[in-house]
Formats: sequence, structure tokens, C-alpha cells
Amino acid sequence: MNQALRQTEGFVADLPQAALGPSQVQRVGAGLVDRSRTLSFTFDGRAYAGHPGDTLASALLANGVRLMGRSFKYHRPRSVIASSSEEPNALVELRSGARAEPNTRATVVELWDGLEARSQNRWPSLAFDALGVNDFVSPFLTAGFYYKTFMWPAAFWEKLYEPVIRRAAGLGRLSTEADPDAYDKGFLHCDLLVIGAGPSGLMAALTAGRAGARVILCDEDFLLGGRLNAETLAVGGQAGTDWARAAVAELAALPNVRMMPRTTVVGAFDHGVFAAVERVADHVAAPLAGKPRQILWRITARRSVLAAGAIERPIAFRDNDRPGVMLAGAVRAYLNRWGVAAGRRVALFVNNEDGLRTARDLDARGVDVVAVIDARPEGERLPGIRHLKGAVVTGTAGRLGLTGITVRDAQGREERVACDVLGVSGGWNPTVALTSHHSARPVWEEGIAAFVPSLDGPKGLGVAGAAAGALSTHGALATGAARAAEALEDLGFRVSSVDLPEAEDAPVRLRPLWHVSGTGRAWVDFQNDVTVKDIKLAHQENFRSVEHLKRYTTLGMATDQGKTSNVTALAVMAELTGKGIPETGTTMFRPPYTPVSMGVLAGRSRDEGFKPTRLTPSHKWAREQGAVFVEVGMWLRAQWFPRPGETTWRESVDREVLATRKGVGVCDVTTLGKIDVQGTDAGAFLDRVYANTFSTLPVGKVRYGLMLREDGHVMDDGTTARLGEHEYVMTTTTANAVAVFRHLEFCRQCLWPDLDVQLVSTTEAWAQVSVAGPNARRLLERVVDGDISDAAFPTMACGNVTVCGGLRARLFRISFSGELAYEIAVPARYGDALIRELMAQGKDLGATPYGTEALGVLRVEKGHVAGGELNGQSTALNMGLGRMVSRKKDSIGMVLSQREELVREDGLRLVGVRPVDPTAVLKGGSHFVALDKEAVAANDDGWLTSVVHSPHLGHQIALGYLRNGAARMGERLRVVNLLAKTEVEVEIVSPHFIDPEGERLRG
Amino acid sequence: MLILHPLLGLRDAQEFTYLGDASIIDRPDGLTEPEAFHDYLYLRDNPAGVHKELWFHEQGDRSWLVVTRNTVTHEILGAELARDYARGRGRSR
Amino acid sequence: MKYSALRVFREALTGHKGWTPAWRDPDPQPSYDIVVVGGGGHGLATAFYLAKEFGQARIAVLEKGWIGGGNAGRNTTIIRSNYLLDGNQPFYEFSMKLWEGLEQDLNYNAMVSQRGILNLFHTDAQRDAYTRRGNAMILHGADAELLDRSQVRKMYPFLNFDHARFPIKGGLLQRRAGTARHDAVAWGYARGADQRGVDIIQNCAVTGFRIVNGRVLGVETTRGYIGAIKVGVAVAGSSSRVMAAAGMRLPIESHVLQAFVTEGLKPVIDGVLTFGAGHFYVSQSDKGGLVFGGDIDGYNSYAQRGNMAVVEDVAEGGMALMPMIGRARLLRTWGGIMDMSMDGSPFIDRTPVQGLYFNGGWCYGGFKATPASGFCFAHLLARDEPHPTAVAYRLDRFRRGAMIDEKGQGAQPNLH
Repeated sequence: MNQALRQTEGFVADLPQAALGPSQVQRVGAGLVDRSRTLSFTFDGRAYAGHPGDTLASALLANGVRLMGRSFKYHRPRSVIASSSEEPNALVELRSGARAEPNTRATVVELWDGLEARSQNRWPSLAFDALGVNDFVSPFLTAGFYYKTFMWPAAFWEKLYEPVIRRAAGLGRLSTEADPDAYDKGFLHCDLLVIGAGPSGLMAALTAGRAGARVILCDEDFLLGGRLNAETLAVGGQAGTDWARAAVAELAALPNVRMMPRTTVVGAFDHGVFAAVERVADHVAAPLAGKPRQILWRITARRSVLAAGAIERPIAFRDNDRPGVMLAGAVRAYLNRWGVAAGRRVALFVNNEDGLRTARDLDARGVDVVAVIDARPEGERLPGIRHLKGAVVTGTAGRLGLTGITVRDAQGREERVACDVLGVSGGWNPTVALTSHHSARPVWEEGIAAFVPSLDGPKGLGVAGAAAGALSTHGALATGAARAAEALEDLGFRVSSVDLPEAEDAPVRLRPLWHVSGTGRAWVDFQNDVTVKDIKLAHQENFRSVEHLKRYTTLGMATDQGKTSNVTALAVMAELTGKGIPETGTTMFRPPYTPVSMGVLAGRSRDEGFKPTRLTPSHKWAREQGAVFVEVGMWLRAQWFPRPGETTWRESVDREVLATRKGVGVCDVTTLGKIDVQGTDAGAFLDRVYANTFSTLPVGKVRYGLMLREDGHVMDDGTTARLGEHEYVMTTTTANAVAVFRHLEFCRQCLWPDLDVQLVSTTEAWAQVSVAGPNARRLLERVVDGDISDAAFPTMACGNVTVCGGLRARLFRISFSGELAYEIAVPARYGDALIRELMAQGKDLGATPYGTEALGVLRVEKGHVAGGELNGQSTALNMGLGRMVSRKKDSIGMVLSQREELVREDGLRLVGVRPVDPTAVLKGGSHFVALDKEAVAANDDGWLTSVVHSPHLGHQIALGYLRNGAARMGERLRVVNLLAKTEVEVEIVSPHFIDPEGERLRG
Repeated sequence: MLILHPLLGLRDAQEFTYLGDASIIDRPDGLTEPEAFHDYLYLRDNPAGVHKELWFHEQGDRSWLVVTRNTVTHEILGAELARDYARGRGRSR
Repeated sequence: MKYSALRVFREALTGHKGWTPAWRDPDPQPSYDIVVVGGGGHGLATAFYLAKEFGQARIAVLEKGWIGGGNAGRNTTIIRSNYLLDGNQPFYEFSMKLWEGLEQDLNYNAMVSQRGILNLFHTDAQRDAYTRRGNAMILHGADAELLDRSQVRKMYPFLNFDHARFPIKGGLLQRRAGTARHDAVAWGYARGADQRGVDIIQNCAVTGFRIVNGRVLGVETTRGYIGAIKVGVAVAGSSSRVMAAAGMRLPIESHVLQAFVTEGLKPVIDGVLTFGAGHFYVSQSDKGGLVFGGDIDGYNSYAQRGNMAVVEDVAEGGMALMPMIGRARLLRTWGGIMDMSMDGSPFIDRTPVQGLYFNGGWCYGGFKATPASGFCFAHLLARDEPHPTAVAYRLDRFRRGAMIDEKGQGAQPNLH
């Protein structure tokens, strides 16, 4: 293959490895890049040079590289067709290792020195891709072919067909390493959010900024100015780019204006809330230390103006996906903004005036415009350029790159025209995406043959410029100023009359042309390989609704979300059904406008920082003791306190349990919810929210309370103490603290608003420590000021006390373990000191810290319910606490707790479980089955809710819910764990394994 | 979404916890027949349109609000303290 | 027309001229024996099984828009039968068995792919709860395995094992679970029903019921009155609106559930994963997109769109579980309207109106239920008695206190 052929085919793509590419052979002007500095980068391992201001796409084109990717299904060779975020073809893998970023559009990658990019979805190389074979068998791979085959034999789907399909599908590779970069979130507020900094957006921002409104101006590009930077148009008597630069400078000087380049507004949400992604460090190799890669901004705007411009659409014709076939506006943008001639011999295929600008600009720069194929028979011809009227392009040639096109003229004669680039303009589609995020459907505007925003888009959002269908520069400036002025007047600002700079107001003169009919494949959706034929097949098979069409053919489902294809597809379907385009359907867009990294949506919420961590007051002390911690909701609690020589957790836990039952154990129980309930109606209020009665509780006493949901199931349990005539302190379980408080406030504010009762959550205010065991009183007597003898402070007593010579505290004589036990609370900031004091004072009494595991053992030994039993599916009756539900008073849940299925005699009851063989191992969650019955659902008698090893009894014990359990004491059953294929014979016993008479706690 | 709190002004809906239809305020108090409680607790109008509903300002002042909101457009037409609304429905003590 | 590899081959050689419409677009007839309201997966499956399994003829499916356009086309495509309670598990296991034979039954490749679902657990209490559930599943004839941390790590080495706020302790695995191509399920049922003579009538909204002396005679529609001996309503998402026209209030609220998909990626996640310490579940489609979801937005809504709070919450769950996902890009979000019921479980039942039957309340379990829901609703419509696997799905269960509350949250729909 000689050099010349290479250049017309794949350009430099198949040169040997490591060779340096030709140095920017296509760079024909300065454009807006900084040619004083050179940046080096690599693509597929080959080194190239570019300049600040380049995108990866412009730099590749400057270097004569146009083969940039492969399509999804047929693996067709592809090049860039666009110059902005709508690009469907030029997707690359950027960076490497953990920072590798698949599916990155080369058109939005701002070049940096050392940039590294690779092509994707090809093997072994971009120029030779084995799966290119798909293209040759494409007749078999039409829309929806997979729904009609791969069904036999059934087992082959997962084993053979699907793995092959999965491997062939997908695009780039996701690294399996953790994303190393940080992301941030922020909140912004403004009077006017302007989305897009082209002529209309700049004009809107100027209008609002000058009036003193708080303005935020966002643009996805790194260079503000929009299409002005891609054109040679004049604004206000100067070059458009210069006007844009001056406008930006003026805005930058206004303190009330915040300009946010590299920031894409991706979604419009309720009540003026927008999501925007700022790419802080995507234009450098890696974020600066301590800085985020991207920021997710939630912008709350009182009013907003969408000035997002328009996207040019291709025309479908045979083999229109050849590398070198581009959008005419993109060819112009590469020339004017980046000084890059996309080709050396350029042809254009247009159906409107705008496409002719490309011919003029190229011609002015001395690029050979070989022909302008103009589908419109009418109108003037361009001087000095071969301008064919009423002609169409019917095909293309070239393997890895365009070498020529076939043109059919108005008389039907076909001729071949040699060229390396074909610029296509089928008209412009306003970028209406954000206007339909609230489900408003865009409306058809015949004049420009495109959808424009409907008036019932998001409230407070105005649309200006090309996004509103005002496609001229004058139209953009005028509507930008007008929308801003309207918004400001709405908000009560005084707007001085706006001086509109002079600008062109050329008509579009578009003659709709969606596709050129003929044989062969004409692409509509480039990335997903959807052709006109596929749309015809969908029509033939009755997938005619737009949504059916999209889903059946996958049209518009690629990474570009159909930005260049949706309207064309609709038009082709409209032709087939014989209906108009708006009658056929509309295109709808959903957030995000462009794809958003998952990392930025998560922000800082990841790894150990995924959720806040709540620490108990004794945490520091527990850490010093070498405690093992466990997550309990948001809390970290000490699980057990290993001692030297202990090799298993069981050893530690057994020791803690025995030490508590023998001497005294100390445990931080601050995590329990604590709610102060005060007021003259506090007792009456508690009577209504608890199933049992509290108004009769004497001052200075504590009572166990059972709280139901209105549906009669147990919501929570805990103790409530009466500290004064009108003062109660309620405790809740750790898990339900928040929900119970919310529920009580609901009862107080919504159900009985005139009860005199006030609630304050004091969970964080008090450090609370359980002191349990026969030596509990002796220990506390050394800490508590005053008399706490059994006579002065009997079982279930409570009161305000002082400790350590005057520190206010609350003391409750309550027991979860069944031992003589107290809970003592001090202001949270003294929690650490309290536990140290208790441990110091208790040395000779055998004071032992215990964690949540021992706590669990102690309570199961005593038969108290907790998380495993309080599962939201259980009633008081299930728990054996049915008699606690007072039928004499109205309380939440009482009435509905009496429904027939909830009061069945043979329903589930809490039972104790003892393995017949004391060495047997039980597993929580195992199910009860009768000894003589098969383990099937019909014989399922319930399950084990909590299993612990009781060091006191020397074997495992469990609690469980057993069908008809009350009547089955002493019965032998088996508990089966079918997951481990084990079963254990057990005896049903009372759930009170230790001290059923309660002698110990009265000790 | 933003909710206009009657005391605190415009607040992000994320500060609130949602409960549901404000009809849950109309509790059939007393030792009533289960049928009345069934209808109260389980049946809903669930309108496509204007809906009065309960939001709890959990990350704020802990007031329950009755918010009037359109379930089709999400437009919020008003918000008041649930305590006042409840009194208006005849609830007292 | 029968689909086959041979047929695809022949059509490819002859320019695909022979393919016929997957279903017809007939005009409605004046009356039918059975009218199914709702052309989603459930309604279409109901019509299919009525015709195929229950010998019914003269059936119409009325769809207000385009078939499969509700939650059949807006879900995360997961199929599973890993329920806890007796009221649910037999039904979902029946559904799983129908999924397993679906493609041969329909002659349509709905890409039922049993790549497994792994529910992760992060605490001992969750492990016990999954042990209870796994045993319940096996007792009902389904498959379940309990994996420990190292087994999970072997399956999914890229999960966050070293820096997790809530460490992964293991998971409950159902190997027979997986995904199916959601749209194709609706289309397959539509084509199968159409081939058996069912009239599928799109763009036909039901605006009311004609009820005389407590018996339904037919439905008023935007395309005129259509008579029917029996009417079955399967319009989850719009149940309250439609049934209000028959004078019923339901134990249902409508809520929006968002779902998400990333750009296409080469295969990285084989099965379905659910996070146990946050709201996040994920699988990878055959096209390569990571399909994921989380919690409902939490407020009553009929708007098929959500808000940022849940988008961020779901992404946070994703990052916490698999921090490699940070560099994948979210491509598209969508919102579907769920019938959230008062106990989180559905209804397939008669109504107080004779001849009027109701199927709804699917919360966010509707997609996996599609085959069994259709079968059981067809059973009820044809025989006037519930299918044995759906006997618990009665509307009067709250009166009796026979709730099917998998999550134990009580009568608050947004918590299920």
C-alpha cells in the first residue's frame, strides 16, 4: 500500500506502532487555539501534538486522524461527525488504570499535555476489527432479530448465546478498581439561571446582570460564546468571537454574576431546582491534591432561561456513516474555532442556507470545495463553487475513510465525486431537552421543520435563541434579552431598555429532506447502527408508536440519546404511516441532558464516609480497652472487649456474661432513644400512645411500655419513668428512636393538638450506662450521692440524683439482664468520665465492661424481646404480651389489634428453645418442623428469632416464634436450616431461661 | 421540591419526612368498631390532582405540616401547620 | 407466523419482506366475553393465558396509550422468587416457573436470563433474617443459598470489601433469579394473544364502567362503549383512578419509582446485586448498560418523573457498594408510577361489583410477577375462583388482619 492510498483510506491509523504521526497536517489556521504552546498526547499508543484550546477531536483531525471508533452492532469504522456533546461516534477510553474513563466523547475532551486515549469496542485493532464481520452478516442482524431466535434449546441462552452477545455488546471497559478521585456537591441560589453562553445566553445574562439580579451563567463548553466561536459572523460591527469575549469580560466584572464554564445543566426538577455538573479537573491529567474532579451543583433559581442552542441533523443516505461524512456545521466549527480543515477535498450536502456557510468559509480559507449538493431546486447558486441544485447524495465509497460520493442530479444522472470529507446539513433541531423534563411535549414548527419547546414546560423557565427556534444571530440576541427582561420584571427588577447589537437575520430556507431513498443501508442512529431499513421493518411489524420504534430498534438509546437521530427517525416513520410528523409522535427527553458520572452524583458519600458515624460517649474509653466495634444503625457500639489470651469472640463474650451475673457488668446504652414527655396531660398522652397505662404510674417509678402501630402490631418497646407529676422520660429501642419520636409528634400535633404535652428528644443529651449484676448496688453506692438502698430505691424506682459529689444524674432501677441492675444517666459530656469512674471504683467488685453480644446473651437468657422479635410483623399476642394491651382505653392500635387473624389461638407465640443435645449448634432463622413431618411449606411451624450460647447453662438457647406455641411447652421438634442442610432436635421451653421468678433483680 | 414552611419560609423537601394523605388526621377516636378504623387506616382517595398530605420537618423545627400539592404537576399550592389544620377538622384533646 | 432461526435466515436472504405485524390493530367490536383493561405486561399476559390455558374466546385488551408503555417498559427487569411470607412465595415461585418456560410458550425470545440474584447482608441480624427467608424459599420449592463473605468476594471481587462503612458479611443467593428483556415480555404476550384471536386495542382509554344493579355490563371508552360479560382491570399505577369510576376506594397510593441506566460497558457485573445497607440494586443488561434503582421518591405522585434527592441517594448506594462505578456515566433516568399498597403486597380479587375483577397493588414487584399475575388473573376471570398460589391476594385482608407485610412496616405505603 503506498503512502497516498493510506492517506485517502484510513489516513495514518495503520502506520507502524510508535511512529510519530504527521505534525498537524490539517491545521490551516490559528482559530481560537493557542499555537504558541504545543501539547503532546497519544491515541492508541501513537504520539501526536496539539494546542491549548483544542479538543481531542480537533487535535486528532488536525493530525489527519479520522478513524476514531467502531459502531456498536456492526463494528463499522467511524469518525467524528459533530463538534460538541451530541457526538455519537468518536467515543474513546480516556486515561488508564483506575482513572480509565470509557465512552468519552472526543469532542468534549479538552486537550492537556500527556493526554492518553484509546479506541474501544474493537479487537485486535481499530483498523482491523474482527467483529467487523458483523457488518457482512448484517442482513441477519436487523432490528429485533434476537427476539425471533436463540430460543432452542432453552438452556443454551445462558450458556452459549447470551455470553457471546454480552461480550460483543457494550462499548468501553469499566475499570474494576475503585475510582480514586473525590467529588463534591454544592448548593447555589440565584434570581436568574441562564443555561448556555452562546449569543442568546450572553445577551440574557447581560440584561439581567446589568439590572442587578443575581445571575448564574452555565455552559458545557470551556470557551464561552457558543456558535459565535464557530462562525465568521459579525455582531455589533465586530467579529462574533470578539463580541462574545467582550460580553464575558463585562459579566466577569459584575459581582452579581457567577459564570460557570465546563458546567452542564443536566436536569430540570421541581420548583426551579436544576442539577448542574461542573467538570473541575477533567481537562487535566488528575485533580489537584485535595480538589474534586467534578462538582454536582443543585441550583435553585427563581427564574431561568434556556439558551442551549440547536443541534444539526444529518440526512440519511446509503453508507452515510463513512469516516469523513460529517455535519456541515461541525466542519465549519473545526475550521473557524480550531483552524482545522477536516479534509482536503470537501463536498457538502445541504437542504438549507446554513449549510452553504460551510462552503463559503472553507472556500475563503482555500480549502477545496469540490461540490455543493443542494437538495433544493430553487435559490441562488454560490459563486465560484460547483453548486448542484435539486441534487442528492446517493452513496459513498472508501473503506476506513471516505474517498468519494455518488451524486444524483436534478435530472436523475448519477456521477461519482472524489472527496475526503462530506459535510451534511439537514437542518437544526432546537435543544429542547430541559423543557421536556417535566413531561411537556415539544411542538412542531413547520417553518424550520423541527420541534420547538411547548409553552407548558417547567414553570419559570423561558427559552431563547436557537433552542426556541430563533436560528439567526439577531434572533438569538433579541430573544435572549427579551426572556431575561420578562423574568426580571416578574421578579420586580427594573430593566432598562436593552441595546441590541446588530447581527445577521438570515432566513433558513429549509426544504425538509430526511433520507435519500434507494438500496443499501442509510444510517439514522450512528452509534446503535439503526438504519432507515430498520425503521421500515419496525413499521412493517407494527412497532409504529414512537416508543415502540425506539425500543424495538434501539434508536436513540445510545450514549448520545438520539440527539442527532430522533427527529429524523420520526420523520421516516411519518412518511411510512402517511401521517404528519407531530401526529406520528414527539421526542421526549429525560434527565440527564448528557451522561453524568456516578461519582459526582454520590459526592463525598462513599467508603467509610457513606453515612455519618455516631459514637457513644464511652467510645474513646472503649477503644482504649481494645473493644471490637459493630455497626448498629448509624452507631458504632462496642461488641465485646477481648482480653489478652482470648482467642475467640465466644471466650470474651462468655466471660463478660458470667462476670456480669457473678459480679457486676457495665455497658454503654446511650444509643437507646430518650424522649422527655412533659406537661399536665403527659400521663393522658402516654396512655394513648402506649398499649398499657402510664397515668397511674406513681412518681418515682418506671414501667415497661408496649407501643403499637395503628394497625395493631408492635412498633416499639421500652421503659418509661415518671420523674415528676407532669414529667416522664421515655426510652425507645436504638433502631426505632427516630421513628417513635416522629410518631409521637404526629399524635401530639395532628391527633390531639390541644393536649398539654411537650416532647424533646434527649438521646444525645444524656450518656446512659447500664450497671448490672449482684454487685451493681455496691458499685453505684460508691458513685451516687445519697441513699440507694433497696428500701430507698426499690425495683423499678427512678429519680433525679447526683453523682460524684454534685453532678446531676438520673437513676433508673431497671433490668434487661434479669440481674439487680440500674441505668444511670449523666449529661453526655460526662459520659466518658462516668464510665472511667465506674470502672475504677468497681475494680474490687469485679466490674467488667460488656458489649452488645453479651447484652444479647443476657436478654435472651431472661427472655426479653429485641430486634429479632420486634420485626414489625409481630403482635403483642405473638410476643406473649397480649395482656398488656388494655381493652379499657383508646390507645393507638388497640382496636385493630383485635382483628380475627391477629387473635387466632393457634397463631405464632414466643417460645424458648433448648437443643436436646447440648452440644448441638442452632442457627438464627432456622424453621420449626414437627419431628415426623416433611420439611415443606405446609409443615412450616415458625422460626428461630434469636440464638445465643448461654455460658450460664453451658449450651445454646434460642427464642422463636412457634405456631400454636403457647400449647406446645415441652414438645420436641426439629429446627431445620435447609441452607446448610442441617437439622437439630429441640425442646420447647419457657423463654425465661434464667430466674423466671425474678429473684435476682430484686436482690 | 421546595416547601413553603409557614414559619420558616422556603425549605428543601429533603428536610422533611413524608407520611401521606392528611385524612389520617381524622382518626375515629374511642373504642370504635374495627370497620371505622379499617376505612380510616387503609383506604385512600389517592387523587391524580390536588392532594392534602402530611410532611414532618424532621431536619428542621419538627413541625408537622399539611401541604396541598398537585400529584400530577407536583405544584405546591400551600402549606400550614398540621396542628391548625387538625383543629379546623375539630380535633382538640 | 412462527419465529425461528431458519425463518430469520430465509428472511435475511429475501430482504425481510415476509415479516408480518407482531399484532394487529383491530377496531373494537361492540362487545366481548372478557374485556381486560390495561395493555401492560399483566393485562396482555392475562389475555394470553385466558385464550391459551382457559379456553376463552372473544377477549379484548384495552390500552389507553401504546402497549407495554407503563411499568412494563419502565423497570429494572429483575425476576426472582425470593420472598419471605407464605402469602407471597408460592405465587412468585409459580411466576419463576412460568418465566423458565416463557420463550418456548410464546415463541418469542424475551431473553430470560437466570444469572442469579445476590442479596448482600451486613449485620448478624440481617444474616438471620436472610436465613429465615432462604429457608422459607426452599420450603416452598425454590432455590436459595447463603454465601459467606469470602464466597461473595470470589463472585464479585470488585465490591467494597476494604473501606466499607457497613462491611459485607455475606449474601443470600438465588441462582434461578435473573433478568428478562422487559419490553419483549409485553410484546411476546401481545403477539401470543393476538395469534389466539385476542383484540389488542391501543389508544383506547377506559373512562367509566356501565354498572346496573351491581353488575358490570361494559366499559365506556374514548372509542365508544364496549360491552362485556366480565371486566378485568390490570392498570397498576392508575388503579385508584380507574376503580374510582366503579365507586371503589382502594388500599393503594400512587408513588413514583425512578430507575437508571448507565452508558454501555463491556461485561462487568454478571448477575443481579442488591446492597443491604443502602437503597441500591443493579444488574447489567445484554447491551452493556448497568441498570439500577433504589427507593421510591416517597410522596404521592402521578408524574412519571422524580427528583434529585433520590437520584443522589441511589448513586451514593452504588458508590458505597462498588466504588469502581464512579467513572461509569448515568445515561438515562425514568420514573414509573407504582401502586403502593398498604402492606406492600398485591391484589388479584373480585370486587363488590359483579363481573368486575381487580388486579393491582404491585408496588415495585410487578415485573417479576407478570407471568403468574396474568395466569392467576385469567384463572380468576375464567373460573371465578382464585388460583391456589394467589389466594392471599384478597382486598378484604386488612379487615381480617391477614396482611402480607414482607418488610414489617405497617399501613404506610411509601415504606414498603
